Amino acid sequence: MTKYIIRRLLMAIPVIFLMILATFVLVQAMPGGPFDAVGQKSMPEHIRILLERRYGLDKPLYEQFFRYLGNLLQGDLGPLFRQPSSSVNDIVAQTFPVSIQLGLMSVMVGFILGIPLGIIAALNHNTILDYVTTFLAVISVSVPTLVLGPILIYTFGVKLDLLPIAFWGADPPFTLGFLPPLTSTFFRHAAMPVFSIGTGMAAGIARLTRAGLLDVLSADYVRTARAKGLQERVVIVTHALKNSLIPVVTILGPLLAGAVTGSFITEQIFALNGMGRRFVNSIGQREYFLQTSLVLVYGLLLISGNLLVDVLYAWLDPRIRYD
Amino acid sequence: MTADKKLEKLKNAKKIGESRSPMQDAMREFRRSKIAVGGMIVVVFVAILAIFAPVFSPYGFEVQNLRNNRAKPMEGYDITETYAEEKCHWYETPLEWGCTVFIAGSDALGRDLFSRIVYGTRVSLAVALAAASVSLMIGLIYGTVSGYAGGNVDNLMMRLVDFLYAIPLLPIIILMTVYFNAVSRQGSESPLMIWLIGLDKAAGGLLFVFIAIGALNWLGMARLARGQVLSYKEKEFVEAARALGAENGHIIFKHLIPNVLGPLLIAESMAIPGYIFLEAVLSFIGLGVTPPTPSWGAMINEGYSGLRSNPHLVLFPGFALSTLTLAFNFMGDGLRDAFDTRLRGRN
Repeated sequence: MTKYIIRRLLMAIPVIFLMILATFVLVQAMPGGPFDAVGQKSMPEHIRILLERRYGLDKPLYEQFFRYLGNLLQGDLGPLFRQPSSSVNDIVAQTFPVSIQLGLMSVMVGFILGIPLGIIAALNHNTILDYVTTFLAVISVSVPTLVLGPILIYTFGVKLDLLPIAFWGADPPFTLGFLPPLTSTFFRHAAMPVFSIGTGMAAGIARLTRAGLLDVLSADYVRTARAKGLQERVVIVTHALKNSLIPVVTILGPLLAGAVTGSFITEQIFALNGMGRRFVNSIGQREYFLQTSLVLVYGLLLISGNLLVDVLYAWLDPRIRYD
Repeated sequence: MTADKKLEKLKNAKKIGESRSPMQDAMREFRRSKIAVGGMIVVVFVAILAIFAPVFSPYGFEVQNLRNNRAKPMEGYDITETYAEEKCHWYETPLEWGCTVFIAGSDALGRDLFSRIVYGTRVSLAVALAAASVSLMIGLIYGTVSGYAGGNVDNLMMRLVDFLYAIPLLPIIILMTVYFNAVSRQGSESPLMIWLIGLDKAAGGLLFVFIAIGALNWLGMARLARGQVLSYKEKEFVEAARALGAENGHIIFKHLIPNVLGPLLIAESMAIPGYIFLEAVLSFIGLGVTPPTPSWGAMINEGYSGLRSNPHLVLFPGFALSTLTLAFNFMGDGLRDAFDTRLRGRN
């Protein structure tokens, strides 16, 4: 297993390299540069040349790229053109914990709500309970964050005035870099954004759990277990449930990707200072290093998430062998 | 009576125990699910709305009535205004009341929200269709070639898919869209870019949304198609065709693709809600349609800053978006259940 993990990590290196290269070339290819204008006026030619020299933008592209790579290896994500007093490192340090907390809590809500609902639906197959759960799941899959977010804000934030609308209820520094303080302020702020991403995830997980459990319940070994005269509870919990949850783990990968997409919208709607919002707000600017670095961080998240899923999969299902 | 006609008569005869084709079986199964049929009816209804948008909406999507902006739903105004007389599609018809009230309110520029929502169906459905076609075409061709070729070619092609799966495509696609928009604003000399810009204009600024969504979603389709081809190419009927001297092209087009197409079409129908969302997301962050073309995502973005005082500007487009995706979800689920013989008889 260790061997497998090491091999996967080694395989990730060219992937990351190509990803950085593609993003770097793409952002630099955009027409116009970061120093074309000061406010409404265009930047005087000689100042622009000086500024570009200051950030090394006058060098050939490959030289800039390798300089960026060299800096990356030393943990330097590059400068910010618009805010010279801070660097991309500062931005990532501010925004990464918010995004990761939002994403992890949404995934947790998804599993905590989704798995029990899926089990209930499967155990009461073709009864009213099953239909209601399935129907609810399809509805919450169909109401995206883009719609659910404003509805939540309007009902709980504006009309009922129960929950705070914008901002994140915790500030850095965090324990281990991302663990938030578990205060009521934090949960009150996080409730709506987390719920607006989490319900969709819960619905997906519930559907998958239901299908998985139904599949297993008609398997021969469950019939054998019943024939042995085992109690129904034992059959379900120790025989059926364990196997039926294996496919549910695979959804973690798509969920992570979904959390990335979700963060673009959710952070925008709830005005959270996360990576997705920073990225979206920077698209009109020519912040080469910020954009490349944020794509890099997303890439690292996705790669480590997928690796985690594969390891978890092998651990849950001993039939799977990676070698 | 010739033999042909006799055969025809036999075919048409209603007999007990008449054999049904798999297609008829699936249709029967689909019709049994009321909710799936309901979803299909909604989708068809929305398609009719989109095609005949000018008939179903009182105003054009770009008609501004600046004196009556941010009107609440069902808020009336004076019909004698030349504005209403000249611009209203429903003037002097039984539906004339639609010219005197804003059915769903009006936005910041005084444009009739109801009309914009109706026209917005065009964008969503166009995206659903075009993105599905793009990802289907790329996925089908790529997956079939990869699976049929096998060996090193297959290995190489699938490594590329793995690579694209491993990187965060959405941010990169967003950057590509930004790049394209910037270039098309600035103008370009390269013939390829000029051609693309022209195409984009023809698609109402949606070309890159199509490409982006298609590019994000062909990966899954390619994997699915490859898997299907891998299993079908070992089947006896392909073996038989090859033994009869069929060319590779013949085997691919006549034997493999027809078999692979079914599961892919069903996968596409399940993926369409995702395409519609993605268009809304891109439009929401300002990368979708060019104004004043109405898209539900862009409308939510426009109305969002005034949520406290004018919630209808967000809620109505949101409701429309959710209804359409709900309908597609129910329809997709129904299609999957109907065509998946493994599930048949279990539900």
